[in-house]
Amino acid sequence: MKVAVAVFPGTNCEMDTKYAFEKLGQEAVLVFHKEEKLPQGTDLVVLPGGFSYGDYLRSAAIAKFSPIMKAVIEFANNGGYVLGICNGFQMLLEAHLLPGAMKRNQNVHFVSKYQHLKVIDNNNQFLRKLSNNDIINIPIAHGEGNYFIDKNGLKELYINNQVLLKYCDENGNTDNPNGSIDEIACICNKNKNVFGLMPHPERAMETLLGSEDGVKMLQGFIK
Amino acid sequence: MENLDEVLKKHKLTMDEYKNILSILGREPNMLEMGIFSSMWSEHCSYKSSKKYLRGFPTSAPWVIQGPGENAGVIDVGDGMAAVFKMESHNHPSFIEPYQGAATGVGGILRDVFTMGARPVANMNSLRFGNITNNDKISKHQRYLVRGVVAGIGDYGNCMGVPTVGGETFFDESYNGNILVNAFTLGLAKTDEIFYGRAEGIGNPVIYVGSKTGRDGLGGAVMASDSFTEENKSLRPTVQVGDPFAEKLLLEACLELFKKDYIVGIQDMGAAGLTSSSFEMAGRSGSGMKMYLDKVPAREPNMQPFEFMLSESQERMLICAKKGYEDKVLDIFRKWDLDAEVIGEVTDTGNMELFWHGERVANMPVQPVGEQAPVYDRPVKEPEYLAKIKNTSLYDFQKIDNQEAFEKLFCSVEVVDKSWIFEQYDSMVQTNTVKAPGSLDASVIRIKENGKALAMSSDCNPRYNYIDPFKGAAAAVVESGRNVAMSGARPLAITDCLNYGNPENPEVMWQFAQGCYGIKEACAKLNTPVVSGNVSLYNETNKIGVFPTPAIVMVGLNDDANKTLPSSFQKEGSSVYLIGDTKSDFGGSLYMKELFGKVEGSLSEIDYEKELKLWNLVIEANKDGLLSCAKDVNVGGIAIALAKMVAVSGKGIDANVELNDKRDIFSESFSRAIVEVVDGNAFEAKARDIGINVTKIGTVGSNMLKINDISMAVDSVKKIYFTRFKEVVEQDI
Repeated sequence: MKVAVAVFPGTNCEMDTKYAFEKLGQEAVLVFHKEEKLPQGTDLVVLPGGFSYGDYLRSAAIAKFSPIMKAVIEFANNGGYVLGICNGFQMLLEAHLLPGAMKRNQNVHFVSKYQHLKVIDNNNQFLRKLSNNDIINIPIAHGEGNYFIDKNGLKELYINNQVLLKYCDENGNTDNPNGSIDEIACICNKNKNVFGLMPHPERAMETLLGSEDGVKMLQGFIK
Repeated sequence: MENLDEVLKKHKLTMDEYKNILSILGREPNMLEMGIFSSMWSEHCSYKSSKKYLRGFPTSAPWVIQGPGENAGVIDVGDGMAAVFKMESHNHPSFIEPYQGAATGVGGILRDVFTMGARPVANMNSLRFGNITNNDKISKHQRYLVRGVVAGIGDYGNCMGVPTVGGETFFDESYNGNILVNAFTLGLAKTDEIFYGRAEGIGNPVIYVGSKTGRDGLGGAVMASDSFTEENKSLRPTVQVGDPFAEKLLLEACLELFKKDYIVGIQDMGAAGLTSSSFEMAGRSGSGMKMYLDKVPAREPNMQPFEFMLSESQERMLICAKKGYEDKVLDIFRKWDLDAEVIGEVTDTGNMELFWHGERVANMPVQPVGEQAPVYDRPVKEPEYLAKIKNTSLYDFQKIDNQEAFEKLFCSVEVVDKSWIFEQYDSMVQTNTVKAPGSLDASVIRIKENGKALAMSSDCNPRYNYIDPFKGAAAAVVESGRNVAMSGARPLAITDCLNYGNPENPEVMWQFAQGCYGIKEACAKLNTPVVSGNVSLYNETNKIGVFPTPAIVMVGLNDDANKTLPSSFQKEGSSVYLIGDTKSDFGGSLYMKELFGKVEGSLSEIDYEKELKLWNLVIEANKDGLLSCAKDVNVGGIAIALAKMVAVSGKGIDANVELNDKRDIFSESFSRAIVEVVDGNAFEAKARDIGINVTKIGTVGSNMLKINDISMAVDSVKKIYFTRFKEVVEQDI
């Protein structure tokens, strides 16, 4: 599989993402934001975490104007798989590839820690290697992860099985680190080819660092 | 010169220094030159009060690649890799404007490290605040400072994508008028790709890269070389404003540049901006330099030469490139949307010549400005308070029941978990963090390139340094080394940040001198040289100085990242041992401070041989797989060390420690550790071989903490440990 990892000015998780896919034996290439085309034969585009354009104005608000984003949107609209992690999730919202918006964390602070998540729906490429109601533990690190969508939008998400992960505690009970509506941590689009989540699966690839719960997530994309 | 007294006062120069300037130049300086001398000879840049004592530090060992004198120290960590690290203070700016002060402190130390060709892989910080617990104006203001400093550190480091993996915090009234913010960065480089701050080769271009120059931070170095008084509280314009996004671009552009062979040297523009970077780069290689100040990218119109030379605008670097490669260098920086201009060239005159629209506006010999900077031998005097406090012991106070004492000590903001702080820092980006903040003792990151691990720990107990500046400083080195050893890593070298009060006060100068002697002794005995460091003086407000605070970061290496030892209990039923001996050591203790409000008494001798045996036992036993966790014993003694291990692991302890006086469970005797042991017999045999006392004190339990006559349910231990700090720091919100 060929993974294209987009690099915007201020992106800082591109190397971690590349390292994670390489650990799974996949080819991962970095694509600079000034490029207008994705590499030939791209199977998956990852928009990694970081602070694109310093997150000035609003998180990920400027990245959507980068030349590479046109190619990413086209790729997604043609059914290509796109995964947005953290700042990448914010970009997907800003680019309207996913519905909803992101607000500042409820307690205003940046939050970096391990966080438990519950699998809500595994009927998709990303989480197919996990089972519904599985509890996993992977790092979060963000200041604006407070996902919001209006009532109708939320209803639609549930109807179409687009809510994929929710924040919880180790026993699966409610534990919301950022104020996200319905504790939502991860969603996908209707076509189930565009995925966005605040937690960092690429940081949970080895027990040495505390968790390998991200392995099964990223493996989902490997055919 | 007209109004000479006034001019000298404004530039914080003495008449003797002025006479020296006249002899260096052979004429009167103009105002631009005066500004340059004032900055270069400020305490902050010239180390004029401290130099005499810093000269004695041990700085070499087979693994040291670069000692003090460069932008950061460098040690060999095997397989062609080097660790580049340094710690620096940003105390004064952080007190004036906590968010920007702390943020730019982080930005500055990051640049010091990546300017050497290293990618920063770990940040830490060492923070001292005043009293934050009370419901009064002072505590309220201190809580505001805590929130601002933490947010500033977090926002800068997070945006840079450099994990903040640990640090230390301390709270005491002595910092009410002068907080300390010390930032540490460690980077990794290939040993054959290290860059130095040098400008040489006649005709080679001098290139300015990074953000534009503005009027912020003007005279910052001079400001940082003064005490605070009621009059100068409004110094905000001298505090720089940080832009971590610009720095992130600068980092990536520099790392891209370092892969090419285009440059001779590079240095960041920190304190005293373009002045210190240009003088130091030329000075290190005996070159001269011409700079055309009208070519420096400016943030606003009508800026003057002295503003370009003395601005401390952030996120800027000065490069000496190889002639003919100018365009290639500029291309890289422009790719990253940064300003980059050729602003000058290296000459053979030995002089710094500054031009402004064709006119030469300054002409000064480079070497004397650096080398003839004043070196003071300031008067020293043993402080009077020492005689009054040195004989204080526990017998001077009423007896307190151990259970009651434990409950008070364990609630101390110094003891409890600081996740409120470190959860605001991204501690896991770069996917190397093995021992994250909150896991007790040293922080550990693995090195992807060679499978080894780097352990680092920041330590200093200011109470010890107040009652005994010599042993207190030595104890900081020893403790940081012990913390590193507890992870299974071998301590290799230190960086320091020496925070003291006003050097013009002989008692403070004595504290400083003693602190340096203490560090020198400890580093020599432990074979852990000083490879970089920073001095911050004038930490006083209205004549009240801070506790002497020589913050030390020890860096060590573990040959196998997979063998990193945790510091909290792993398995119910395991045996728990104490390494070392417990005496009645309460000088400067948490016990005396929290229960009786006193920072008094004296410190026992430090037994370096025993300390090294302790390190060796833990390192060797861990290699043999005999241990499952190790934690040092320090503030609050065995009781507090065990309670922290219980809180973090969620597992209980049933311990019985034999003591002469039952209060000694809180004693802070040096050279002790607690270990959880897999194989007791093999461990005891190893301890006998090495020649250090070990005692089995108990077993890891389930849901109770029981230590002699102290007991508490594990759930209560956890509740206090994990919620107390937030309650205190957010009480106004």
